Amino acid sequence: MIVQSATEIAEDFSPEYWREKDKTHTFPEDFWKALVEAGFVGILIPEGYGGGGMGMVEMILAMETLTSQSCGLAGQWFLCLTSIFGGLSIAKHGSENQKKNYLPKITKGMEFCLALTEPDAGTNTLNTQTMAIEEGNGYVINGRKTFISGADRAKGMVLITRTTPLEKVPKRTLGLSLFLVDLPNPAIEVMPIEKHGIHYSKTCEVYITNLKIPKENLLGERDKGWYLILDTLNPERMSFSAAASGIGLLAISKAVDHARQRSVFGVPIGSHQAIQFPLAEARAKIEAARLLNYRAAWLYDEGQPCGAEANMAKVAAVEAGIQGVYHAMQTLGGYGYSVEYDVERWWREVNLIRLAPVTHQMALAFIGEHVLGLPKSY
Amino acid sequence: MNIIVCVKHVPETAEAEIKINPEGTAIEKTGLVFDINEWDDYALEEAVQIKEKFGGSVTAITVGPEDADSTLRKCLARGADNAIRLTDPKFNGSDSYAIAKILHKAIKDLPFDIVLTGALAGDDGYTAVGPILAEHLEVPHATMIKKIELSGDTARVNRELEGGLEEVVEIKLPAVLSIQTGINEPRYVSIMGIRKAMQKETKILGLADLGLSENEVGEAGSWITIEKVYVPPVEKQAEFLKGSAEDIATKIAELLKARGLV
Ligand SMILES: Cc1cc2nc3c(=O)[nH]c(=O)nc-3n(C[C@H](O)[C@H](O)[C@H](O)COP(=O)(O)OP(=O)(O)OC[C@H]3O[C@@H](n4cnc5c(N)ncnc54)[C@H](O)[C@@H]3O)c2cc1C
Repeated sequence: MIVQSATEIAEDFSPEYWREKDKTHTFPEDFWKALVEAGFVGILIPEGYGGGGMGMVEMILAMETLTSQSCGLAGQWFLCLTSIFGGLSIAKHGSENQKKNYLPKITKGMEFCLALTEPDAGTNTLNTQTMAIEEGNGYVINGRKTFISGADRAKGMVLITRTTPLEKVPKRTLGLSLFLVDLPNPAIEVMPIEKHGIHYSKTCEVYITNLKIPKENLLGERDKGWYLILDTLNPERMSFSAAASGIGLLAISKAVDHARQRSVFGVPIGSHQAIQFPLAEARAKIEAARLLNYRAAWLYDEGQPCGAEANMAKVAAVEAGIQGVYHAMQTLGGYGYSVEYDVERWWREVNLIRLAPVTHQMALAFIGEHVLGLPKSY
Repeated sequence: MNIIVCVKHVPETAEAEIKINPEGTAIEKTGLVFDINEWDDYALEEAVQIKEKFGGSVTAITVGPEDADSTLRKCLARGADNAIRLTDPKFNGSDSYAIAKILHKAIKDLPFDIVLTGALAGDDGYTAVGPILAEHLEVPHATMIKKIELSGDTARVNRELEGGLEEVVEIKLPAVLSIQTGINEPRYVSIMGIRKAMQKETKILGLADLGLSENEVGEAGSWITIEKVYVPPVEKQAEFLKGSAEDIATKIAELLKARGLV
């Protein structure tokens, strides 16, 4: 039924709608409203706080459907920012007060963002420089974040800082803490970064200068932030795998329609193996990636370790999805390059997924270390 | 307000490739996607909106096999409180008259102020179940409803007529109203709704439970038998005009004159 509902929503937000939003760099207000009204924003939020009390399996089903039925990356993006970054992090690690304060608002559409990446701590999160220093009854935070999606509009931010400097911790993975910050805030300056695609949402530089926040805004245990945020980053990976698969499927279906209709040497181009096989191959790989991703999501929902599956699913999905869009573009020929046919937009979107949320190499490095048992390579 | 909504689980045929069965009496249903009949979707939404305004309950009811449960679950997820499925192998082959009889048996003992149906079903398009059901229930009915305003035990309803006209009629409750598309904007099935629907059960009633006999239902209990279903042959009436723009324009003018169209 989630798939059915997501399909109905997707039908109301056609590729033309997204073409327009992408072109005019405008936030899709009515799409967001639809996701809120249909309760999709609350899928991961417990029933007691106004949510659906469901898990990542349901979330990726919703995302895959929205994405593959017409929305492209937008079918995953906004749910990831607010429901996973905000909702899931707070549902997992928030105090009772934090849950009461934020979760019902999130189900009603309060937007969130996650500020993790820094100019000097991209792939290497443990190198985080942003510092929170305890002062009186709270913390004073200074630092700089980059590539923070949705920070321009969000009313809430999950912020990752060091609370104990790297030199003073027994283990590199200790000393990081998470904070909940209300936005907009005079101590936080937000500057959008011009980017390659996803123009309906802004990704920003964030400058934090003497931000004072009370102690109760600490999310989860102090200095254990790295372990806590993994509970958000694995689902984030799964959500991007769902997006890669979904965009691949969307582009393939566009290509199939075109291949049936377009005749060049007297027959529809879809009757040539050179057109069929690459699409068929991508399709098969996407299907495999989806299954692996469901498994990762199921393990997560069961409270079991899922890092290996989440990273393998991401590697599989991003390769399959990119392959799908690549060959869809090839199938459309020159039309694949024209904005009106949407494939070029999906190409710009799907390519993000090899760079973020975790780069392709880092996902492989994780598999090398934790699945193959080889020495840590980074 | 206690509202009963009659819904039908129908194949989506608008964009599908349709094949006729070997007997030539129905379409092949395998491979088609089924969903709630479009008109019933609006009827259900109207029922839920009335309930939200005036209180009461909404019961969705269908005649159909197990597959039709997905349509009932959708109704529950959209805000119906109860769901009933009337099913029996003997019901196969029922026409609108027999279906209305079956529905009547289930509805007559339920408390209701309004019974809503879709104006027609997308698969067979008879527009008949609502009015026949009203006759069985011995209550008034109105069809093609585009608007409902309730006060006390009467409803003021707008009926859609041809040519963009609407007619406003007042009708005493209880009544059967058959709903036209566009009366409202059906909501999305929500996650919370899906949650609630998962906790509810569908009541299932068969021939004997309804106190019906075999010859009252199915083909035996029907007035209509379908003789033949076919796709009308495509006729060749298009003529391609060739030549220069001027030649073509002259030919068009001649043709229009010859056929008395100008
Ligand atoms: C559109 C967009 C939106 C984003 N949204 C957010 C957001 O909302 N919140 C947030 O916190 N972040 C966000 N990010 C940041 C994203 O997660 C990072 O860009 C990503 O983690 C990579 O970090 P980096 O850009 O600093 O790359 P770098 O760390 O500089 O890496 C550069 C390259 O070197 C490779 N590399 C580095 N070290 C090794 C090694 N040891 N072995 C092999 N290869 C290596 C990397 O894989 C990569 O290919 C976003 C990024 C983009 C582009």
